[in-house]
Amino acid sequence: MTLAQRGRWITAVALLLLAGVYVRALVFTPEEAHQGLAQKIFYVHAPAAWSAMLSMGLVGLASILFLLIKDPRYDRFAAASAEVGTAFSLVMLTTGPIWGKTIWGTWWTWDARLTLTLFLFFLFLGYLLMRGAVTEPGLRARYSAVLGICGLVLLPFIHLSVYLFRTLHPAPIVLKPSAPSLPPEMLVTLLSSFAVFTLLYVGFVTMRYAIGDGGGIDA
Amino acid sequence: MRETLRHAWIIGRKDLLLEFRSRTAILSAVVFTALVLVIFEFGRDPTAVATLDLAPSILWVTFSFAAMLGLNRAFQSELENQALDGLLLSPVSRVSLYWGKLLANLAFVAVVELVGLLLFTLFFNVPVGRILAPLLGVIALATIGFIAVGTLFSAMVIRTRFAELMLPVLLLPFLIPPLVGAVQVTAKLLAGRPLSEVGGWLRLLLAYDIVFVSLASILFPSTVTE
Repeated sequence: MTLAQRGRWITAVALLLLAGVYVRALVFTPEEAHQGLAQKIFYVHAPAAWSAMLSMGLVGLASILFLLIKDPRYDRFAAASAEVGTAFSLVMLTTGPIWGKTIWGTWWTWDARLTLTLFLFFLFLGYLLMRGAVTEPGLRARYSAVLGICGLVLLPFIHLSVYLFRTLHPAPIVLKPSAPSLPPEMLVTLLSSFAVFTLLYVGFVTMRYAIGDGGGIDA
Repeated sequence: MRETLRHAWIIGRKDLLLEFRSRTAILSAVVFTALVLVIFEFGRDPTAVATLDLAPSILWVTFSFAAMLGLNRAFQSELENQALDGLLLSPVSRVSLYWGKLLANLAFVAVVELVGLLLFTLFFNVPVGRILAPLLGVIALATIGFIAVGTLFSAMVIRTRFAELMLPVLLLPFLIPPLVGAVQVTAKLLAGRPLSEVGGWLRLLLAYDIVFVSLASILFPSTVTE
């Protein structure tokens, strides 16, 4: 089986499982007492955020490995991971405000975590724009690796600075999602959603990686 | 180590000498800074928002723009006549090259910031005299961090398409931690609060400087080595 085919299979299975997670989340998982139906979006939102973070983490890791070993496969993987991460960030950034409008009463607030994820998205965009703007492959790989590593180091700083910013100047009403101890049914749904999103990430990245290889070449 | 620093100094001095002889970039940056400050003056309603509330933001947005201009210039001159290849062939380590460029950029931006601060005091009638020393310290702390990243990126973007646009797109996210910190500390200083109230921010700025100067020194060779 070629790598591209393998990627398609993984993605197909993941999408099927995702449908299962949706059904479980909507039908077989109890409704949250305070938030009602709106809370259901968490089963998409949180795992998408996880996959986006995973993408960035692996972009950074692949970048370090590329600079150390100079194997172009790491660069290709980083490119694939960044593209998939951008998509997951977009899912996270669109599902978040939908929930926020219902529960917080506002589409957006400059809360630490929200700001962090927005900049995660900007970093992905910058990374991809940079890749598009360098034509020579060797140069592109090295530049991207440098940017990937810097991006990974930047994220904790952004988190810290925005966190400090908000704690020094608390807004009148800062509604923060507390971490409630979930009843087992919800926990199972959420965890399976995390697993499915991780599988989706693997599927997407495999497909994208295979395209970078020039299509159906055996891995 | 001493050799590295000496070489860095030579490269930095070369850049500054070039700049001093033509003076085009530095004058443009200063004029640009003045214009941004003037635009801010007309872009606000002085009866609605007190100058002192807006002052830190005005100061730091102006500095960020001006710094971006300076950074775009840093490696541009090395593109002509393959000057960069000459530098890379010379018996100077890559780290020295980076530090030299960093030094020249810092000097360039420092001049622009000093003039900017002067004009800012003049235009907005903000009393900075009694807080001058701590304010200059904060400006230095914040500037070193993002110029360190900016110097690294400017070495990369010169060989991309749309270099002038690419640098801000890549660099602005990296400006957030120093910018947020600098604005907070400046606001406290202007409000007459003691520095002890902003210890957390100062530590963050310092940590950012240390981490990114080191990281950029490590990563820079990868951006120029063929």
